[in-house]
Parts: sequence; C-alpha cells; structure tokens
Amino acid sequence: MSHVLSLLVEDRPGLLTRVAGLFARRGFNIESLAVGKSEIEGLSRITVVVDVEELPLEQVTKQLNKLVNVIKIVELDPDNAVTREHMLIKVRADPSTRSQILEAASLFRAAVVDVAPDSLVIEATGNSGKIQALLRLLEPYGIKEIAQSGLLAIGRGSKSITERVYKN
Amino acid sequence: MSTESIPVPTAKARAPREPEVLTGSGAILRSLEHLGIKDVFGLPGGAIIPFYDELMASTAIRHILVRHEQGAGHAAEGYSATGGQVGVCIATSGPGATNLVTAIADAYMDSVPLIAITGQVFSTLMGTDAFQEVDIVGITMPITKHSFLVTDPADVPATLAAAYEIATTGRPGPVLVDITKDAQQQSAPFIWPPKVDLPGYRPVTKAHGKQIVAAADLIAKAERPVLYVGGGVNRAHASAELLTLAELTGAPVVTTLMARGVFPDSHEQNLGMPGMHGTVPAVLALQESDLIVALGARFDDRVTGKPSEFAPHAKVVHVDIDPAEIGKIRIPDVPIVGDAKDVIVDLTHAFAEIADADRADTSAWWERLTTLRTTYPLGYSEPEDGLLAPQGIIKRIGELTGPEGVYAAGVGQHQMWAAQFIKYERPGSWLNSGGAGTMGYAVPAAMGAKVAEPDRPVWAIDGDGCFQMTNQELATCTINNIPIKVAIINNSSLGMVRQWQTLFYEGRHSFTDLNTGHDTVMIPDFVKLADAYGALAIRVTKPEEVDAAIKLALETNDRPVVIDFIVSRDSMVWPMVPQGVGNSKVQYAKDHAPEWEEE
Repeated sequence: MSHVLSLLVEDRPGLLTRVAGLFARRGFNIESLAVGKSEIEGLSRITVVVDVEELPLEQVTKQLNKLVNVIKIVELDPDNAVTREHMLIKVRADPSTRSQILEAASLFRAAVVDVAPDSLVIEATGNSGKIQALLRLLEPYGIKEIAQSGLLAIGRGSKSITERVYKN
Repeated sequence: MSTESIPVPTAKARAPREPEVLTGSGAILRSLEHLGIKDVFGLPGGAIIPFYDELMASTAIRHILVRHEQGAGHAAEGYSATGGQVGVCIATSGPGATNLVTAIADAYMDSVPLIAITGQVFSTLMGTDAFQEVDIVGITMPITKHSFLVTDPADVPATLAAAYEIATTGRPGPVLVDITKDAQQQSAPFIWPPKVDLPGYRPVTKAHGKQIVAAADLIAKAERPVLYVGGGVNRAHASAELLTLAELTGAPVVTTLMARGVFPDSHEQNLGMPGMHGTVPAVLALQESDLIVALGARFDDRVTGKPSEFAPHAKVVHVDIDPAEIGKIRIPDVPIVGDAKDVIVDLTHAFAEIADADRADTSAWWERLTTLRTTYPLGYSEPEDGLLAPQGIIKRIGELTGPEGVYAAGVGQHQMWAAQFIKYERPGSWLNSGGAGTMGYAVPAAMGAKVAEPDRPVWAIDGDGCFQMTNQELATCTINNIPIKVAIINNSSLGMVRQWQTLFYEGRHSFTDLNTGHDTVMIPDFVKLADAYGALAIRVTKPEEVDAAIKLALETNDRPVVIDFIVSRDSMVWPMVPQGVGNSKVQYAKDHAPEWEEE
C-alpha cells in the first residue's frame, strides 16, 4: 500500500543522501520524491511516497526520525490531503491532429506551453489519476518525451505541519 | 574589602569582552578541553597537521600515537566502554579516515559514545579527487549517529559541542567531525559555551507513567517472568537500579553478550547469557517464559534464533531509549521509550505499590529453572588430542585476576568462552564487539581500557586470528607505558568458522588453518613477535604452566605481557543453537539436546 510522508528537514548539505540512503539500506522502495523549500527559512520539505505495509512503515518512520536533521514526519491521509503531480508532455502534432490535441488538453485544463511545427508541449497538473488519463488520451498521437515531478501533498484545513516546530 | 559590600561591576567589566581569536586548530583543542576530554588516540597526516601542531603543546590532553587508525578507533571504544568518558580518535583525510571506518561501524552497532575527528583536504580542493581526498562524511553516514563537515573555523566549537551531545545522550553512538585543512588554518573568534542548535534531536528519556504501571502489573501477574537485560542497561549505568528491581520482583535475570557484568554473575537470580551460545537455563528461560521484560535489549538474531519461534507464550514489555528498536523484531505488549535507569527506577516504585497478595507465585518457575541449572551447568570436556582446553585457561584467567579486572575479547570462539567462563561482577569489566563482530577488537580496546583505568589489570583475551589483525598496537602499549596483558588462545585456526565447518559443512575446513599453533610451522612465532614489541612473552603448552604464566602476567606491570597458549583446535563452543532455527533446538553438547517442555 502506498503511503505519503511529509518530512520537514533542515536544509543541510547531504540531507537528501541521508534520507534516500536510509530508505535504500532498510530495503524500502521510494515511489516518488519531491523536495523544495518550506515557508520557514532553513527548512525544506520532502514529500515521499513509499509502498509498504503498516508495520515496516512504522519502522522507516522511526528510523527517519532518528536522523538528526529531520525535524518532523507526518503521514498524510489521502482523504484529508490535497495531492498533486506536475507533468510536461511533448506530443507529436501536425496540422491534421493539432486541434484534437488542443481540445484534449483543454478538457483536462492543461496548458500548451510550447508550439513547434510538428510538436506541442503540454503542461498538466492534477492528482495521479488525472495525469494518467491525460497521458492515455495523448498516447495515440505519439508522445515524444515526458518530464514528471514527484507527488506534492498538503493537509486540508488550517493546520500546518510546521506548527510548534520551534517552541522557543 | 567589606563582606557586606555588593560588588558593582565597573563599566569596563560590563562591556562585552572581545572573544579570543583562535585558529580552527586551536579551537578544536580548546573545545576538546572544555568538553573534559583527557585522552585521545590518533595518527597524524597531511590534512590534520595543523591540529597536531596545536596538540603538541597541550598539557590537558594526552595524545596516544597509535600504529594504525583502526587501533585508535577501537582504543577510543575501549576507553569509552570502560571508563564512562567519551572516547576520541583522530585521523587524517583519505586512507586515515577510511581506516577508522571499521571501528566507527563497531561503535554504531554497540552504541558506544565515540567522537571521530578527521582532517579533510582544503575546501577549495574538495570534489576534485585531490590527494588523499575521500568523502568520509558520505562513507560514514550509515554507520554514525551523525556526521559533520566543517569548512569554517567559526563553526568548530558548536560542531564539537553538538558532536559531544549527540554521541553521549539518548542512545549513545559514534559521531564523525570532518574538518578541512583551511578551516584548521584560518582564524575566528572562539566563543564558549557555543550555541548548540539541534532542533531535530530530542531523545526521550522519561517514560509515560501509564505504561510503567501496565508493565508493573504484567510483572506482578506473570508466573514465569524473565528480565532480559541488554547492553542498554550498561550504557545507562543502571546496574544498581537493576539489582533493586530484580531483587524486589524476584524474577530471573539473563544478561546478553553486551550486558555481561551488568548484573553480578554470583547473584542467584542470574541465569547467565542467553542466545546462540548461551546457557541452557538462560535460553530456555526466555523460551518458556510467559513474560519477557526486555531492558535495553534489542532482540538480536543471535539471541532470538528464529524470531517466529522465539518465546511463543511470552508477553513482552520492551524498554528502550531508541523508539526504532521497539517493535522492530517483536511487537511488545507494553512498549516503553525511555532511559533504562529512569524506567527501572519508575518500574521498581510501581511494582512496590502492588500488594503481595496480587503478585503471582513464581515458585514452580524457579523449580523448573533450578532443575535446568543443575542438569545443564556450563562445562566443557578435555580435548582428546591431549592439548590444553581453551575454556579452562580462560576460566583460570578470570579466577586469578578477579572481578576487578577488565577483559576485552576479540571475536570468535575465545570471545564466547570468555563471555561464558569468566565470572563478571561489575559493569564495564567486559568489553567486546557484539553487534559488528569485529576481529581485532581486543588488543586496541584493552589498550584504551587501560588508559581509562590504569589501576586495573586489563586483559585482551584474543584468538590467533584476531591477534594478527591489530597486534601492532603492542608497540603503542610498550612505548606509552600501557601494560596490558594479552592471552592468545592459539588454536592455529579461525576457530569459530572451523567449528561451523565441522558441524554444518561436513568437516570441510576451507581456508581456516592459520599455522600458528601445535604441530605447525608457527608463523608468526607469537613469542618472538611479542618480544620484538618489547613485551614479556610467554608460551604455555602444558596444564601445569597455566597458573604460573597468568600469575607472572599479573605481577608484571612495567611492560605489556603476551601469553601464547597453545590449545586444542578441536574444542567447540557449547551450548549452541544452530542458526536459523528456534531456541528450543538448543544443544547442550554435540548431538545432545536438553529435554524440552512443549506445551
């Protein structure tokens, strides 16, 4: 089963190696990884998707918590979180197919960000299901290249995972 | 000056004092002094010369120049594990740093507080494959509690203070601080105490009261309880507290390889060591119990055997300072995260509140354990080849030296015999490489222990294989007046591997002959080798020579002593639970299994 973990970490050199290395040596496979700054200066946020059962998940969470640069770990419940992936898709397009592709893109509220005589680059954002559906729709035209981000996730409601991080 | 006068600071005194400006190297030295470090073990090289230049002038810190950096690492471990002060080892960049890796991994597995300081190439050269450049921070990430790279001299005090805090608190462990040569050479204001900012490091030491009460209730209700005591109790310095809890509850105690000495062997409640080579009563006490109270123990595979068959009827109370140990191998009924000392004290108070009438009767359990103890005492048979029995020699070393001695073992058969046949009465008297199983640990660890506790007799109980890995530190011992005593249990082979080959590989002794012992070319000749190192060297081949040699060793304190005990290679470590099976398959001796009560 897939689990979404949000890690609040100190932005230090080698931090990603520490986190990724821990997953590798304890035998856990990372499905998706997204790293970026958080709203607090000096802290980054890592969103990891792992495919594990409940018990090994507890073990990996505890091991991650032992990393000195890891401040906090929260598992996000998919029903109470917004999850998004971001994808850039370069698709073959000639005058005979271009309008169909544009129509498909607009159905998915995806934007065209580059146009060439024989191709289009489409930018799509959404949950995994939506992105996969768009890909399936575009496949017959010939997909030349895709670039995909890791999953981003944030809890619904006003609570923040950075609350009470610095008590003093 | 009147005693009533209140000193009023003058304007000059009130003005902030300008902090002293030190080089990074000076800051390392000053920080170590502030941290109370008295002894360090190391070997200089290009990238750490600036620090060594400072160290030369220090009167507060004794530096012991080793012959190989691994020796520095194990010496720091032995120093730390015996004396309770943190061990420090120092090496240069590249191969100097990688030579520390085995010792760092060893300290990580056995939760030994250790600070490793390494020089690094100039920060401007990092990443260029410069001479003696190695990414030691990267290499040691999986085997340290934490590792730091320092490129700015201003960061030295805070980094070393943080390293000290991380190494010594919570579950102790090794911390590496890698310092570039330019950071050692450049200067910065030295501020002490520095501000240590570790927002992600918050070890839990005090346990929840509710869990304590639940655990005490389980202990009171248990008819077949066992206190399963691990190395955590040793690291938490909780021996006295453990004794109180054990005597109050009356529960039997088993002490793991890492906990030998934490609970006195002479105590009637001590059943000995559990595990692959544990005593039959200790192994079966865990296996047949209805409640295991694990105190600073981690259900290692060498203790549990096949985990799915381990102690099938037992409820588990698991006390550990590391939350990740709880539920890793066995799901406990009552998990308690906290420092062993605090938790044991709390448990004792909670148990004391339970009325006698509400405490279960454990007399049937003790009857069973007493029977096991009488039927299956630790023992050994004399070898058929007429050579010395290694067990008997080790036993005599323990008897003639006594419980005030310190015993460091290498890894293998001699280690197990030393764990079994020496009687330990106090924590810190038994040092060994338990988790990592590092051959070559004994000589340098004994050296470190002797530096920490110069007034105690310190033995390295070593094998002929182990001794050949780190014996160069005898030079360090002789030159620095560290008179350790080394007992080489010389069976001319990699004995534990040979035992497995005998038992499980149809006697095919593949590459386990070392040719150091009886009826061989004896290369090297350990007596000549020890003599060359300036040690008193003795060879023992007959039973009547054993006591005299040990006594001479105990009387000799002006130089190290090496005794080459030529023993039988056919002696095996018993009892034994073969790997990968349940503990109920424990064999008392070859093809001799105890009767076992399946329910």
